[in-house]
Amino acid sequence: MKKLNVSILQFPGTNCEYDTVYAFRRLGHETTLVWHKEETLPKQSDLVVVPGGFSYGDYLRAGSIARFSPVMKAVQAYAAEGGKVLGICNGFQILTEAHLLPGALKRNQNLHFISRIQHLKVVDTDNAFLNLCKKDEVLNIPIAHADGNYFVDDETLDDMERNGQILLRYCDENGEPMVVNGSVRQIAGICNRDKNVFGLMPHPERAMESILGSEDGARMLEGFANV
Amino acid sequence: MKAIVNVYLKEGVLDPQGKAVHHALGSLGFDNVRDVRIGKQIVLQLDATDPEAAKKEVEEMAETLLANTVIEEYSVEIVE
Repeated sequence: MKKLNVSILQFPGTNCEYDTVYAFRRLGHETTLVWHKEETLPKQSDLVVVPGGFSYGDYLRAGSIARFSPVMKAVQAYAAEGGKVLGICNGFQILTEAHLLPGALKRNQNLHFISRIQHLKVVDTDNAFLNLCKKDEVLNIPIAHADGNYFVDDETLDDMERNGQILLRYCDENGEPMVVNGSVRQIAGICNRDKNVFGLMPHPERAMESILGSEDGARMLEGFANV
Repeated sequence: MKAIVNVYLKEGVLDPQGKAVHHALGSLGFDNVRDVRIGKQIVLQLDATDPEAAKKEVEEMAETLLANTVIEEYSVEIVE
């Protein structure tokens, strides 16, 4: 496995950045925290992670204000040149608000903050993220969100399905589709058309060792070092 | 000059809050409600004199930040 330089963004209200640092260091990678006021990313970034939390208190809409932070301009430029970007939870919301990923995340269908360990079905592995997972494999990863109800119009969605942009769906332990938060077609994670920008609501960085319930997250994150 | 921006989920995008309130109204015996949509109202105090130019600017604000046009629609009203 290649050793990666992982840049992890930090906005006011981000709260998963240290879990994310821990996860990537545990896998043997270098990490750098990047404050949202920075106008450039560290030169050697192999991967930029937009971690979870509640940037700007989720005011207006989750991710809507963070998306205009100076560092996001650098992330847009980095992604436009093919750089790999991963958004987890609030990071996913920020990336959709920034139009780096299609669609949007609405309030959960049942209006509850949902926090639990959730089964996920791997839909596509032909990408830089889930290449160490198996298609149709069932993973067990914590979720913790109030606004994870993924929405995108049907036409775009069909297009995404055809292009292999649907990465993960919520399911039960047998891999049967499961409605968790109201997401269209039970979507939990997606990528962009060029397959260099990834977003998911579940938290792989919280599933790094079996003593804490699951180490499935390690296999997901390690995919980035396997390409 | 004051601008009032109303932001709602688009028609066809399920509004979970509206649905919950609709349900609650039904259980309270208010049976004549066909649909409930919940939105946000954003009130802006503007340093502007030309209402038309102000409206244009507020629409730009709505497109850029105040609404997410993937799922939301908005209306802008300029009042004195």
